[in-house]
Amino acid sequence: MALLPSDFADFEQFAARWSLATERERWAERMSSSIDDMQAFYDAIIPEVGEAIAYCDKFPLDDMPEDAVNLLRLIYSFVMVSFAVELWRQQSPPDTLGTQFERISEPLP
Amino acid sequence: MARYPKPAAGSWTEHYPQLGTGPLSYEDSISPEWYQHEREAIFKRAWLQVGRLEQIPRTGRYFTKDIAAANTSIVVVRDGDDVRAFHNVCRHRGNKLVWQDFPNEDTSGTVRQFTCKYHGWRYGLDGACVFAQQEGEFFNLDKADYGLVPVHCEVFAGFIFVNFSEQPAQSLREFLGPMLLGVEDYPFGQMTDRYAFRVECRSNWKVFSDAFMEFYHAPVVHVGQHPSQLRAAITQMGYEAPHYQVEGPHGLVTTAGSLHRVWDMPKENVKPADLATRSGLFGPWDKSDLGELPPGINPGKIDPWGLSSFQFFPNFAILIWEAGWYNTHQFWPTSHNTLVFEGNVYSLPAESASERVGREMAAVSFKEYSLQDANTLEATQLGLESGVIDQFPLNDQEVLVRNFHKATADWVHEYQREPAGVRA
Ligand code: FES
Ligand SMILES: [Fe+2]
Repeated sequence: MALLPSDFADFEQFAARWSLATERERWAERMSSSIDDMQAFYDAIIPEVGEAIAYCDKFPLDDMPEDAVNLLRLIYSFVMVSFAVELWRQQSPPDTLGTQFERISEPLP
Repeated sequence: MARYPKPAAGSWTEHYPQLGTGPLSYEDSISPEWYQHEREAIFKRAWLQVGRLEQIPRTGRYFTKDIAAANTSIVVVRDGDDVRAFHNVCRHRGNKLVWQDFPNEDTSGTVRQFTCKYHGWRYGLDGACVFAQQEGEFFNLDKADYGLVPVHCEVFAGFIFVNFSEQPAQSLREFLGPMLLGVEDYPFGQMTDRYAFRVECRSNWKVFSDAFMEFYHAPVVHVGQHPSQLRAAITQMGYEAPHYQVEGPHGLVTTAGSLHRVWDMPKENVKPADLATRSGLFGPWDKSDLGELPPGINPGKIDPWGLSSFQFFPNFAILIWEAGWYNTHQFWPTSHNTLVFEGNVYSLPAESASERVGREMAAVSFKEYSLQDANTLEATQLGLESGVIDQFPLNDQEVLVRNFHKATADWVHEYQREPAGVRA
């Protein structure tokens, strides 16, 4: 069963790992992923992220089909890993391992 | 050479001569005794922001809030148009009244009455005791004498404030004063998309607040948030604000819009993910239409305007951004060298996935730089506690830090002289 809309079949390989509902899960995945893995995910998504967002825009936020919600969550994970890939070249910002900043609520999806 | 004109006195700091220009002692941030004074003089006397009306939109909706500095938990409840606050303590034998699963964690929900989990006493939304289990077993018990203990509660611009004094020396509006009242007509109430964050940190609450009152640190601590080819220039340029304002214990700093207009920058100087999401460190690029903003948002009339950060003494701040969103910071001490830091990012409800993605980028950016602040401030606390140094120089971009430490000291000293009436 595909998780994502068929237009985005080439993202399917990332969906099981990165289509995550909450920031808490996305942050945890980023912290436990290698930079190489995140770079591969980032490189695959970025050329088509505009199309992916436009696809999600076809639906109202409170009534999105499940595969579009999964795609939106994948875009959120792209945002999450972009910091590690573009800026830090490691999972967390430098010199921040001693602390946390937990997101305790957020709009969904 | 200053990039922006300074006041006639020569500097923002000297514009407020009560502040002086000498070095600061940080003894107020490492002394357990001083913290005990602050609890009595400030946290049990000043108006404290505890939440927004949108958290309790209907009758019976409530939230609890643990306020360690005042040594209490409160429950804040909506009853029609009224918002009421009570100490969260049962009048029978002192059980914490409202909690769920974890007695020391905050909770929220909807009730018709509050029922104590211990022996079942019940209280109305107005705090009146309406039921005592086996009432006949008591000795001349008049339930009318056993209502919940009220806490003074007033609402400003949808922000709920409480005050633990028996009789506050000032109304909330008097306490806030004209500068902060100037934000009143901003459409906070419409901005219900909320990303909420929380962390417990090992730092004095003022040491932590300090870093959110000055941007002098930003081109150093946060420079890594920019593409690598820009970093050296950003740090070298440093930070200057075009406008500061001090009013009693409160403060304001405004930042120029030219710093924020990422969308006007050459593409190669923007992070690819920012380009992809049209958002970033300074929020979504596509401005939310909030209509005309009240002039009090930008009292320095800075053009182009970017951001105004309003510091509500003692521990709350509202940052209003040009792109049409706002965020809040709050600093709750839990001991002389620990605090809970709460951050919230608010915007209009997203109407599309692309708007949501932009907000997600802004909320993730907020976390990335807050982590940098939080860890740095634990390091600052360690340095201060070593006690090796007792005098610290502050520059003109740190004028609000100077005012903040002075204000806390003034409140403590005034309370020590005259415990009954402390004024802003
Ligand atoms: S302590 Fe609340 S009913 Fe006894
Ligand atoms: Fe900072």
